[in-house]
Amino acid sequence: MDINVKKLKKNAFRVSKVRGETASRIRMPGGYVDAESLKRIAEVADKYGNGSIFLTNRQGVEIPGIKISDMDAVNKEIQLIIDNEGTNQEKRDTGYAASGTRNVVACPGKRLCPYGNYDTTEFARKMEKQIFPNNLHFKVAFTGCSNDCAKVRMNDFGIMGMTEPQYDSDRCVTCEACVKGCKSKSVDALKVVNGKIVRNTEKCIGCGVCITVCPTRAWTRSKEKYYRLVLLGRTGKKNPRMAEDFIKWVDEDSILKIVKNAYSYVERYIDPNAPDGKEHIGYIVDRTGFEEFYKWIMEGVTLGPKAEVAKTMYWGGKHYDHE
Amino acid sequence: MGKRGYIFLPGGFNKVIEELSKSYRIYAPVLKVGEGRFTDTDVVRYDFVKEASEIELDKKSDYSFKEILTPLSQTLFFFTENDVKESEIDEREVLVFLRSCDLNALKRLDQIYLHNGREEDYFYARIRDKVKFVLMGCAHSYEDCFCVDMGTNRADDLDYSFSVDYIDNQFHCQLKDNVLEDIFTNNALKEQDITPRFVTENETRVKLPDSVPLSIFTSDMWEEYNTRCIGCGRCNYVCPTCTCYTMQDVYYTDNGRVGERRRVNASCMVDGYTNVAGGGEYRKKHGERMRFKTMHKIYDFKKRFGYNMCVGCGRCDTVCPEYISFSNIINKVTAKTLEVQNEK
Repeated sequence: MDINVKKLKKNAFRVSKVRGETASRIRMPGGYVDAESLKRIAEVADKYGNGSIFLTNRQGVEIPGIKISDMDAVNKEIQLIIDNEGTNQEKRDTGYAASGTRNVVACPGKRLCPYGNYDTTEFARKMEKQIFPNNLHFKVAFTGCSNDCAKVRMNDFGIMGMTEPQYDSDRCVTCEACVKGCKSKSVDALKVVNGKIVRNTEKCIGCGVCITVCPTRAWTRSKEKYYRLVLLGRTGKKNPRMAEDFIKWVDEDSILKIVKNAYSYVERYIDPNAPDGKEHIGYIVDRTGFEEFYKWIMEGVTLGPKAEVAKTMYWGGKHYDHE
Repeated sequence: MGKRGYIFLPGGFNKVIEELSKSYRIYAPVLKVGEGRFTDTDVVRYDFVKEASEIELDKKSDYSFKEILTPLSQTLFFFTENDVKESEIDEREVLVFLRSCDLNALKRLDQIYLHNGREEDYFYARIRDKVKFVLMGCAHSYEDCFCVDMGTNRADDLDYSFSVDYIDNQFHCQLKDNVLEDIFTNNALKEQDITPRFVTENETRVKLPDSVPLSIFTSDMWEEYNTRCIGCGRCNYVCPTCTCYTMQDVYYTDNGRVGERRRVNASCMVDGYTNVAGGGEYRKKHGERMRFKTMHKIYDFKKRFGYNMCVGCGRCDTVCPEYISFSNIINKVTAKTLEVQNEK
């Protein structure tokens, strides 16, 4: 059997433990999949796989037990899914054009969740449209609020939804639901002064709890949607760490630009000897220094008036590689 | 007041509202886009409008008209060391758009603030005197409405200036207030007999108890609400008949010798309502609060004034984040009452 394994991997197949077998990885950006595509996945698993489906950590699926010789046939079958998902593709019926940039993850967001501050799936799909296909190893994830159910802090780029609470003091009856809600569920940023609520704007994380608990609509959401952008979290053998806050109250356009710019930065600075051409961005930044990274990613970005950029960035985590 | 009917094309009706805006402030249900509890959800609540297109004639309002008469928060007066100055009020008259259930609720508000005891409530009366009403007809019943069983689906005998029904791109208005006759005649397409639309049946039905046995107060039927109810008070704040308020005396932080007295809506479901000096609290459990509210709405008020307080608008059911249905509680009380009667 003569197989170009590098090509197979880029085509979103896996080299399996079982010789001659592979698994097909299906992207579902933003955690969204239509029922027709899901049926097709089941059909492929039955026809070409071993009848089982594995759910990946990044909201895709893997169909195991496929014969390497069936890869072309499987690529034709999954064209329906690629079409339905609207995934960017170079040539029809050839499957995925890359696998380095991972499936873009999203929590249920405002479509389902009372706490979701924006449409996470829509934003994730917009991001996927912009960055896929690409061989560079990028992980981007979206979460609707500061609860971070999508665990975006384990990604290179994590986007957390924020809303700026708007207060109409004429509608406030001092029931204190917001004060209690903020204290028990969030960061205790509200207090009562002379029968009205005062919000500590420095402490407030824009989670929106005050708005959901307010019984009179004294608290409402800002018309503008805001985000907290966190950078360069990762798992892995050397130095796993949480992503750190980069910009608070940032807008959608700036986030799209920043992530796009990061690709140019990585192309310029990635270790040419990195195994399989894969190197976590964070390790590259460790090498070049954050200031160089900052210069590249902020190219052409005009932040809104509310955006607060971290002046310095430090990451912690466990350093197994230095011990 | 005579009764005349008018049909308007949208342009004509807009003109009427435009004309009325010159002498009246118009207070109506408005769709507030994005101001609901959750992201990109809306809420219908009352606000002042300038144009007919701003008035939400179709959807049921989540919050009631009562906010014009008993504002959620209102400064009554300002005080200095020796003087008191009453808060100011807009001298213009107000036209309030509301449905039959709410016009029936107005009778309850008047009962409490004007005809309960020797004195009228001064601050209620000063705005009440300026308010006139526009009856919005109901083409159909809405989710959670139970006005028919509460007898509030009709408002024929109640006082309103004119009615409005939007039917097939035309506005049908019955005019009772002769002062507005010129404005109506000048802008109407034609005159025609009009009866405001009203509903004759609701999907939600309630059976009211005739009298309630004392044992209902200790019944275990309230216990589930100890855990189900979160005591947020939404049911009270949206209710067109809830009249409870509390006072706030506020001393300005820059000068503690001057300040203001505020009156804010209070809720019998929210912590603090039954607090008394010495740290006592009469109804700690949410089930006890639910019992108190229910009895007030369908029993105590009636005992005193001869008719039920609840008008069956169902807003409390719609707004409850815990899916507690007040209409269902009424039916449970009635079932419990019958159970006790049958035992005897």
